[in-house]
Amino acid sequence: MKINLLPIVHLVLAMVAAPLLSGIINRTKAIMAGRRGQPILQAYHDLFKLLRKGAVYSRTTSSLFRLGPIVNLAAIITGLLLVPFAGCPGFIAFDGDLVVLAYLLGLARFFVVSAALDTGSSFEGMGASREVMFSILVEPTLFLGLFSLSRLSHSLSLSGILYASGVTGWIIGAPALVAGTLFVLYLAENSRIPFDDPLTHLELTMIHEVMVLDHSGPDFGLVLYGSALKLWLFGALFVGVFSPDLTEAGVWIREGYALAGMVLLPIAVGIVESSMARLRLLKVPQLLVGAGALSLLATILVLG
Amino acid sequence: MMILAIILIPACAGLASFVTRQNIVRRIVLIVTAIMHLALTAAMWLQGPDPIMNGWLQLDALGLVFLSIVSCLFMAAAVYGVSYLARELPGTRPDFQESDLFVNEPEAVFIGCLLLFLSTMTLVTCSHNFVVLWVAVEATTLSSAPLIYFHRHHRSLEATWKYLLICSVGIALALLGTFFLAFAAAGKEAGGVPLVVGELIARASSLRLPFIKVAFLFMLVGYGTKMGLAPMHSWLPDAHSEAPSVVSALLSGALLNCAFLGILRVVQVLNGAGAGDFARDLLLVFGLLSVVVATVFIVAQLDFKRMLAYSSIEHMGILAVGVGLGGLGSFGALLHAVNHSLAKGMLFLVAGNILARYHTKSIQMITGVSHELPVSAMLWMAGLVAITGTPPFGLFQSELTIIRAAFDSGHLLAAVVLLAALGIITAVCLFSIAAFFKLIKIEVAD
Amino acid sequence: MHGIVSVIVVSIIITDFLLLSAGWLKSAIRIVAVQGLALGLLPLFVHQDGLSFRLTAIAILVIMLKGIVFPRLLMRSLREMNTVRTITYYVGPMASLLVGIAVLSSSLWWGYVLPLPDQTGYRLAIPMVFFTIVTGLFLIVSRRQALMQIIGYLALENGVYTFGVFFAQSESMLIEIGILLDVFVGVYIMGVMVFHISREFDNIEAGQLSTLKDWFQNRKELAGKDPES
Repeated sequence: MKINLLPIVHLVLAMVAAPLLSGIINRTKAIMAGRRGQPILQAYHDLFKLLRKGAVYSRTTSSLFRLGPIVNLAAIITGLLLVPFAGCPGFIAFDGDLVVLAYLLGLARFFVVSAALDTGSSFEGMGASREVMFSILVEPTLFLGLFSLSRLSHSLSLSGILYASGVTGWIIGAPALVAGTLFVLYLAENSRIPFDDPLTHLELTMIHEVMVLDHSGPDFGLVLYGSALKLWLFGALFVGVFSPDLTEAGVWIREGYALAGMVLLPIAVGIVESSMARLRLLKVPQLLVGAGALSLLATILVLG
Repeated sequence: MMILAIILIPACAGLASFVTRQNIVRRIVLIVTAIMHLALTAAMWLQGPDPIMNGWLQLDALGLVFLSIVSCLFMAAAVYGVSYLARELPGTRPDFQESDLFVNEPEAVFIGCLLLFLSTMTLVTCSHNFVVLWVAVEATTLSSAPLIYFHRHHRSLEATWKYLLICSVGIALALLGTFFLAFAAAGKEAGGVPLVVGELIARASSLRLPFIKVAFLFMLVGYGTKMGLAPMHSWLPDAHSEAPSVVSALLSGALLNCAFLGILRVVQVLNGAGAGDFARDLLLVFGLLSVVVATVFIVAQLDFKRMLAYSSIEHMGILAVGVGLGGLGSFGALLHAVNHSLAKGMLFLVAGNILARYHTKSIQMITGVSHELPVSAMLWMAGLVAITGTPPFGLFQSELTIIRAAFDSGHLLAAVVLLAALGIITAVCLFSIAAFFKLIKIEVAD
Repeated sequence: MHGIVSVIVVSIIITDFLLLSAGWLKSAIRIVAVQGLALGLLPLFVHQDGLSFRLTAIAILVIMLKGIVFPRLLMRSLREMNTVRTITYYVGPMASLLVGIAVLSSSLWWGYVLPLPDQTGYRLAIPMVFFTIVTGLFLIVSRRQALMQIIGYLALENGVYTFGVFFAQSESMLIEIGILLDVFVGVYIMGVMVFHISREFDNIEAGQLSTLKDWFQNRKELAGKDPES
């Protein structure tokens, strides 16, 4: 009975603990800057505050505007169902679910972008076009990385791909490259420095923030919650690739390892964010193409 | 023993020139070394020298032909060079083309590098080991680069930079080809075959054939860069037009041939291994491409030294086509090498005379040569007529041989392309002769 | 052993990508230094007849030459030449990266075509060699500055030398000759020529090393000049 409950436990854990991750990132950045910073639970306070507020809708928007955050959240939660955690397969697992995951992320992005374009404001449109341009470069990279891992582990399901490589596997070769690529994607998809500065208040320099500028109240709460879940999702992917072979270890060791990874990753992101500035917009595609070249290299290593 | 002497004497003389103080002494050393080199070469015609260093250095008939060309040209260049250097003014002076001030390279460096250049070219002709051959060709690049940079202004700097960079890239590719050859030679036999031409031909059956072909491809591209085959020829017009005429004569007449010798050695190995057709096809392609490219670019040249440089590219293309046809064509190609070197060397030296008198390289601006420099004018006209392959000069015979070989072996396209190219170039040269003697006037159209 | 060689080969490929997308001259110099270091370690792990004194000496020599001496020379040339610190392109970094990806894919094809026997056991050796060589050639062609042309040439040499280490160890002196090529051309080009270039031009770009052209490339300027003057 316990084995069947684990995926549900992981799902509940994800939905409850996801907003912690952005808190950890902000705390790390504050500590590195010498401040005390926000409380780690700040994101929860923000969510509850937003849920209590009312929403304001512009007259130029249509129902697509209200649909955007909802579909975004729904798609990401559905994606969470597919991702394995701590060596345990996801809530739903089938052959080819990595493609479904990529497309679910694309669906979420599509609706966010459509909601942004629906406002008719030029700022949102600018953010939408930048977001879409980066996603063109991000998606093949993600596909190539996951494909090379699936070749390596001879499985077409995420639950078979992640947590499958042995220790000798991840020191060198394809999994290491894919892990590097996934870290870059983690930063890109979650709009972290060096791709996007979450703290900027200048609309012209925003990418993701400006797309959701017009959402308010519960809608914005859904957007924030969706971003938090996306952080957890990508974090689970990265930890899955980066983990050694733990099939013999006990349940608590596996859980502990996964949770430690999920906590360490935001700390690493915080350190990266504190040490770099955001890249010039012209350089971002270069970095993404470079990540794409890395995952191509990983694919080459695995083929043949 | 004789081989060592003929390589080391110029080398030591060159090193000695770097440290001697007086110009007179250096020039005497230059002439004496040239005479000794010529004498040794003549002696080698009488009695072939023994191979040394395990067969790595030996002089066969092919090498002897090229060595003789180098030696004769160097003798002429040395005599010319001494009087050329005597007329060069020391210190800074304005450049005739752009009125910038420039200074000459120290004569020690010039004469020293000239002698080292002779020594390395001799080494190329004597080497039968592919590694030594490669080192020698590389050394010719390094020793001839300062020669191009004799007049130290930015144009010759640019020419030297292009020469050095492009030829070094070619040499690196030739090294890759040599590595492939080594890999092919480390074949089925234990311990492999040494990279000596004779050995490789003798034991050709134990070489890995696909790698010999790849090796040939890389070495063709690599040494072809030094030879001036299109499309690797872009350094040639600049280097030949900016270098002093002595150096241009040696580059055109001697260095290109030495690079060609490198290619010929690999072709010998390929013939021995039974892949001769592959080599010949590639040589035909590169040769015809060079001829066509040279023809296109030579049509509207206004600078007579560049014109001569493109003519060198064309003749190198003809050499490649000759060897690419095989049989009678190879004979024609070697004859052509000798003829071309002598004619081109003379043309460049006469061009030096004209340049020294008129201080301009533009064909348009030179008038009245037959009055000012009657002997040079006659030689220039004779040289241009010769270089286009008109009888009774030797180039006619060699080109006729090659074209006949093309028709005989059924390469009709090659023959037609050659004839067309030669026809166009003859027309161009006749035009420029006429312009020189002010029979017609050339104008630049907008 | 096999694993370490794979790591080295993969890192050399990564350095090629980094070279193609570099934006600053200094970072390009550092990347090519790292490439040289990685190469220098190769003979220690790729040997058909066992690690010999010769191979160790070669490794140490190459590490010093490519990892320390040449980058120092290049940095010094960079300081002496009064040039902009960014790399100026004929083909931009994005396009270069895409070209690099295409070249790597076709190098794989080369690796399948050339039936090099598995005495080496490293599938990626030939693709890496060709990729490095073509990267070097591409850098020479697509970058404006003379210094980047030198760096491209160094990458080309790295590729050729790596091929020698993998496949031509048995032939005596061949790898040493390759190193000799490095020394001569490197010292010559970098030391001597760059010194002359820096003295001759105030602001150096290989774009300025392009005044020598055929007349029809210059005809706009020529039309203005009176030929009889």
